Amino acid sequence: MTRLSDLPEWERQHHLDKIRELPDFGKTPFVAGPPLKQRRVAIITTAGLHVRNDRPFDPGAADYRVIPGDTPPADLVMSHTSVNFDRSGFQEDVNVVFPLARLRELEAESVVGSVSDYHYAFMGAAPILALEPKARELAALLKKDGVDAVLLSPV
Amino acid sequence: MGALGHFIEREGIATTQISLIREQTAAMKPPRALWVPFMLGRPFGAPDEPDFQRKVLRDLLMLLERPAGPVLEDFPEEAPAGTTSDADAAFACPVSFAKAVVDDGNPALALQREIAQLAPWYDLARKRRGRSTVGISGMRIEDAAAHAASYLDATPAAPPSGFTAGVALKRVCDDLKAYYYEAVAAQPGNLKAKDIERWFWHETTAARVFLAIQQVCLKSADKSLLPLGKISLVPRAVQHSLTEAGRKT
Repeated sequence: MTRLSDLPEWERQHHLDKIRELPDFGKTPFVAGPPLKQRRVAIITTAGLHVRNDRPFDPGAADYRVIPGDTPPADLVMSHTSVNFDRSGFQEDVNVVFPLARLRELEAESVVGSVSDYHYAFMGAAPILALEPKARELAALLKKDGVDAVLLSPV
Repeated sequence: MGALGHFIEREGIATTQISLIREQTAAMKPPRALWVPFMLGRPFGAPDEPDFQRKVLRDLLMLLERPAGPVLEDFPEEAPAGTTSDADAAFACPVSFAKAVVDDGNPALALQREIAQLAPWYDLARKRRGRSTVGISGMRIEDAAAHAASYLDATPAAPPSGFTAGVALKRVCDDLKAYYYEAVAAQPGNLKAKDIERWFWHETTAARVFLAIQQVCLKSADKSLLPLGKISLVPRAVQHSLTEAGRKT
């Protein structure tokens, strides 16, 4: 669906312009680790999700929201500022954006070792480099939770 | 998304990510990424398709077993059939608003009528799904509609204390749109994402109000409203089709 070659010219150009604006991230870091079945996994989404009644994301927000692992799906809402992606899927089933139930199933099958007690959400419309301080902060918190694998999901 | 992969992995934690736009991910070179051929907004493929979602998730996690990177792989399957629609297919919403809500020259009243017409379907959606994503503004949907429609008057409603006009308006508009989307999805016809989007933007008074609000925001002296005028109220695709239609007339 989202192949640039399949998009109309005006939309393709929008995405190509965004690529040209990307900063240089330098050499890609690569952390080794134990087998997947021993890893503790957390989800970080940039879908602008949060627990109902938590503060919605403001336009351009580069901070994050905590999604406790025991949050009922009915309590998850979305305050992403972009209007250029489908929300009907999320409205129908949280897991198409935030697959915590699926991750727990893989934990039960011993595909992964365990699932973190906390997950996190950013709002993907934030300026890219503005995310770094909070991402570093999160990494420290994830280590405290024993997390050694992070699943990142855009929207 | 690729940026977070760099930032977190630099701190010593392995990451694996979904890529929705392959070219962007290829340019950013995050440690591990699985490109998926799904529509924006659906990184795990399709709602209520647990087996398929699990397959995507498993492939994504398996990238953590790779010995070196960066890794950018393609997920081999399209989202399950039935989750996308033929863009040219005719679609008629069972509830038609065109006459009831536009011709009386009172968009605020028309919007309230439209909301009332959709209420049984919204209630059904909420009951079936056990949840609703409406509620970001903290207002009742009727109050959210009144707040939005007030921007078509000379004196728009004041935002709640502590909020800019732009943030408050954005949230009530997001709530309204979510209400419409959830309601119409409950109606007969098993509507797909593109059908719902097309219905909302082409057949509802709410969309006409949104488009009018967009113009108000573009001209407003209140700069907090400018993002709604430019990018965060009307989708690029809708804006483009309107621009094209304007060129032809």
